[in-house]
Amino acid sequence: FQNFELEEGEHACRRRTYQRHPVSNRATPVGGNRHVLYASYLSQNQQNYRSFSASSDQERIEAANRIIHGLPRCVKIVEVGPRDGLQNEKNTVPTPVKIELIKRLVTSGLSVVEATSFVSPKWVPQLADAKDVMEVVRNITGVSFPVLTPNLKGFEAAAAAGAKEVAIFASASEAFSKSNINCSIKESLVRYNDVALAAQKREIPVRGYVSCVVGCPVEGSVPPSNVAYVAKELYDMGCYEVSLGDTIGVGTPGTVVPMLEAVMSVVPVEKLAVHFHDTYGQSLSNILVSLQMGISVVDSSVAGLGGCPYAQGASGNVATEDVVYMLNGLGIKTGVDLSKVIAAGEFICKHLGRQSGSKAATALSKVTASASKL
Amino acid sequence: FVSWDLPRFVKVVEVGPRDGLQNEKNIVPTSVKIELIHKLVASGLSVVEATSFVSPRWVPQLADAKDVLEGIQHAPNVRFPVLTPNLRGFEAAVAAGAKEVAVFASASESFSKSNINCTIEESLARYRDVTSAAKKHGIRIRGYVSCVVGCPVEGAVHPSKVAYVAKELYDMGCVEISLGDTIGVGTPGRVVPMLEAVMAVVPADKLAVHFHDTYGQALANILVSLQMGIGVVDSSVSGLGGCPYAKGATGNVATEDVVYMLHGLGIETNVDLGKLMDAGDYICKHLDRPSGSKTATALCRALFRHNRKL
Repeated sequence: FQNFELEEGEHACRRRTYQRHPVSNRATPVGGNRHVLYASYLSQNQQNYRSFSASSDQERIEAANRIIHGLPRCVKIVEVGPRDGLQNEKNTVPTPVKIELIKRLVTSGLSVVEATSFVSPKWVPQLADAKDVMEVVRNITGVSFPVLTPNLKGFEAAAAAGAKEVAIFASASEAFSKSNINCSIKESLVRYNDVALAAQKREIPVRGYVSCVVGCPVEGSVPPSNVAYVAKELYDMGCYEVSLGDTIGVGTPGTVVPMLEAVMSVVPVEKLAVHFHDTYGQSLSNILVSLQMGISVVDSSVAGLGGCPYAQGASGNVATEDVVYMLNGLGIKTGVDLSKVIAAGEFICKHLGRQSGSKAATALSKVTASASKL
Repeated sequence: FVSWDLPRFVKVVEVGPRDGLQNEKNIVPTSVKIELIHKLVASGLSVVEATSFVSPRWVPQLADAKDVLEGIQHAPNVRFPVLTPNLRGFEAAVAAGAKEVAVFASASESFSKSNINCTIEESLARYRDVTSAAKKHGIRIRGYVSCVVGCPVEGAVHPSKVAYVAKELYDMGCVEISLGDTIGVGTPGRVVPMLEAVMAVVPADKLAVHFHDTYGQALANILVSLQMGIGVVDSSVSGLGGCPYAKGATGNVATEDVVYMLHGLGIETNVDLGKLMDAGDYICKHLDRPSGSKTATALCRALFRHNRKL
């Protein structure tokens, strides 16, 4: 047996101890606790065809247990709107507006808000005011504000500006790595190792991101083993969490599950996060299977800010409001007040002169008072 | 690792021409409706809800029900259910050549009264007349239950109510019961207990799910439904059909997004996504609106940028 003890996460969510039985491959409960089952996508040849006779009570109860009762009790939401959301906006958002957005997001209860990025303003002019944003944000207590640092130089600038947490990005696809950050995966990992070492010296936690985990705009499909390799490298170099990103939003549970299986065999599940893009409308179902697999950290962007740079006009990040709505409906604690996130989303959308990318936010703002009894 | 017993094949029931178009303000010409239906059939869809035989006073958009039904080319193995709210509508449908009809009951008493002006029991009595008549004519009936996880008037709806109505429809002769989240408020947390309750009284293979995407929850709800053993999903091309209870909010889930997910899961549908997108493109061009399908939008724009190797 493999015996995993799942520790208490940041939000004191107790997870249950389980064993993986080698013969039946079914996770069985220890001490009578309810169990979390890992699901696997089988190839069409292997899939069981479900004969549609009336299911027994037992079968139904077991199905329901597998589907929604084994999910994490708490999920941490990592809000990426101010960075991932805003970075591709054509019109520069004024620094005070960015800061106000961050403050409103903090009020909603979000405990991690990606504040900005210390990349060269040549590449991301929108975030040229990183230092100014950090100056204000560093004084807000009780919330983490990771900032992107693509290299040592960016890290030094971030540390000087008072950043207490940084983030690094590696790709699971060689072609994407070369086209996006102009170097191979290995070269980027060397770079990041320098950042990780420097961060370690200053006791600054590092969050790792893996991009193109289920698809690459250049290469097409990405082997799960590539993702596992990069995730493990980031984890081994000291990242406290590795966020797995479906950069172009092409993933479905069919590709997400094998990818998670591969990564989870080399990085503990409680150190993983998922970062799905909603470009094909698939993110909530991808998030759901991730929860079923034991993932308990989800990245999202208020109002669905942040389009897809690879399909102009298509949507990008999944909307925080839609994610919170689903988690609330599942009885999963997030610590986030949905109405306050909606308010933060309204604030930034007003500034951008655009409609929210969140369906839940849109519906809740238009629905009649009686319908909102739910 | 444990596998889910996902269905190998999922039947997609296309409701765009009826549920999708019925709330459109501007009347869509009969010829356009017919062409849309033909394009949907060409994509491989085997069930396309063609129209509704309700009074034109209530649904002016579908006043041309008879002409639509008479105008569509009937393909083998393709079914065109039409809505029939009562015996009168049923007779009109049969006269126009309908081979399959659909009836709608609500799991919520308040919604039944506000939507069709009668209690659940009264509506069921009405539908028993329709199903008896249908049986005599050898016509199939599909039953819909609305408000299966939430009602715009009452709020939460208890799963036992849904099970009750579903069972009544099933017992009176409906070959399939479609469970509808009319206002799109459901999440897997509510959907699963609702399905548990219904599946205790109606066989899983007689059930379909009809989720609205008003809160963006439809695909997640469909996924858990598949995991529970449901093998029939209703959807609307391009996500046609807004939510009448939250003006401007979306309604039906887009068929393209559903098919994309099903194919990604290795589930067969017999639907060609490219041809489906053509149908969506066609109607959106006519309505002069962007598609409500994220998959269709992404695939259109992605094609301009690079060859999709996926």
